[in-house]
Amino acid sequence: MAAGIWVFIEQQKGQIRKVSLELLSEGRKGADQLGVKLGAVILGEGIQGLAEQVASYGADEIYLADDSQLANYTTGAYTSVLASLIREREPQAFLLGNTAIGKDLAPRLAQRLGVGLASDCTGMEIDSEKIFKFKRPVYAGKAFAHVGSIVQPVMATIRPNTFPLAEPNPDHKAEVIPVQAEIGPEDLRVVLKDLVLAVSERPELTDANIIISGGRGMKGPENFAILEECADVIGAAVGASRAAVDSGWREHKFQVGQTGKTVSPTLYIACGISGAIQHLAGMSSSKYIVAINRDPEANIFNVADYGIVGDLFEVVPVLTEEFKKLVNQ
Amino acid sequence: MNIVVCIKQTFDTEAKIALNSEGKIDSSGVNLIINPYDEFAIEEGIRLKEQLGGEVTVITLGGERGQEALRTALAMGADKGILVSDPSLQEVDEWSAAEILARALKEVPFDIVLAGRIAIDDGSSQVAVRLAEKLEIPSISSVLKLEVDNGQATVVREIDGGTETLESPLPLMITAQKGLNEPRYPSVAGIMKAKRKPITTMSLSDLGLSESEVAPRMITESYTLPEPREGGRKIPGEAADAARELARLLREEAKVI
Repeated sequence: MAAGIWVFIEQQKGQIRKVSLELLSEGRKGADQLGVKLGAVILGEGIQGLAEQVASYGADEIYLADDSQLANYTTGAYTSVLASLIREREPQAFLLGNTAIGKDLAPRLAQRLGVGLASDCTGMEIDSEKIFKFKRPVYAGKAFAHVGSIVQPVMATIRPNTFPLAEPNPDHKAEVIPVQAEIGPEDLRVVLKDLVLAVSERPELTDANIIISGGRGMKGPENFAILEECADVIGAAVGASRAAVDSGWREHKFQVGQTGKTVSPTLYIACGISGAIQHLAGMSSSKYIVAINRDPEANIFNVADYGIVGDLFEVVPVLTEEFKKLVNQ
Repeated sequence: MNIVVCIKQTFDTEAKIALNSEGKIDSSGVNLIINPYDEFAIEEGIRLKEQLGGEVTVITLGGERGQEALRTALAMGADKGILVSDPSLQEVDEWSAAEILARALKEVPFDIVLAGRIAIDDGSSQVAVRLAEKLEIPSISSVLKLEVDNGQATVVREIDGGTETLESPLPLMITAQKGLNEPRYPSVAGIMKAKRKPITTMSLSDLGLSESEVAPRMITESYTLPEPREGGRKIPGEAADAARELARLLREEAKVI
């Protein structure tokens, strides 16, 4: 019997990343289609308590490596533990979120296992021959490559917000399998000295369901406050165009576009953004796009589902007030 | 200090993407540049050399035009270039690229290897990390700050929602994030000097590799272009009225608020 589809559960300080739950949700469907088990792998310290939540999203088997040397993510230790486990159990597929950790971990692991890796996928299908097929944006979404692996395990990192979250089922039970972490000195060459997490109540740009972004039309860094106020009413992240970042108004980590982050939220609100091809590449896979711009000829209107030709400084504050009323209803 | 920088030649960010008659990405008439993130890696390599002495070797895998990218890096201040190019290399995945580059670096001494954190064409963020694994050295991704002192690197890197400070002995692979530095433009003198700097071209057989040994593990079956998005409606009226109508549509029609 094949060893099933596995999902890497990314956690930080006991909080599971949403994308990991999205992968379990979709992985469950795949496991049912193939008639195999859905496995989940969690690495960390003091993580026993996460098993219940992981089971409720459909995992049948939970491989749990609880070790003080895994408390914080390090490339070396995490790669070694996963490589041994995968060699021993031979899952047919291993899925990770395309997060900072996923992007760092997956290629190293794939190379150690001698397998391919489909990165930053926005689609996955298992065909009638039981072959995994992935769709991945290239040229920042100006085209898609359709790829498949000829060796197992099939590995992929999946972009957050690609798969819908399933309803958790508290009655779904999983077998918890403890994993002995065998970590050698060569795995610990890189030492973590300090970890600084920005204190932000706003969601991470790539995870966010809603993003409100500002461009050149914001006219200055101080004006992003009106986007932040709006964002906080609807639980959105605040993004920026390259023009705004290059002007020094926002940090690069907030940049959406080909040389920034590629995002696919349910709703993307572009304020004072002209819609350069560079920017469109990073956000045009959003489900709904709203554009607010004074220039009726702005390129952004060509991709927007809803557009307002007008002054964002007049539109956004009213929008914020309206959102307040709606969310308080 | 022996410094190696891995670079890739990519399409210009303004390039429009089309498919050719074979259904592959059409590269005809496209302006080629050094992948923007690799420019940060080149700049950092040159700064390390200026600070600590040594030599910067730039390596690329690709077509003949990869020479241009190497010349630009040499004009910025790198010392020598290696172009791995072979007409038989039609299909390469990230696994193959790492295998080939590792072989090409077999005779090249290095204390630090630098690369961009992502290439803006295939966007896979894999080859540098895979290469580090193949070279049996640690790697640190998405680096914002690098200090090297006494065979030890202190590195600040971007993670989701924050930063980490890490320490590692050399040799080490670093992938560069925007913010690491401001890449310099090649000077006229630099461009003149670059013409006399050596570029070695290597084929697969020069590396003792056969095409089948580096056949890709991940097969690209086809490419498609995204469905063009239809521009939707513009909401008429004064700013405040339009904003109220927009909020209503987002709640009642799109159901996203």
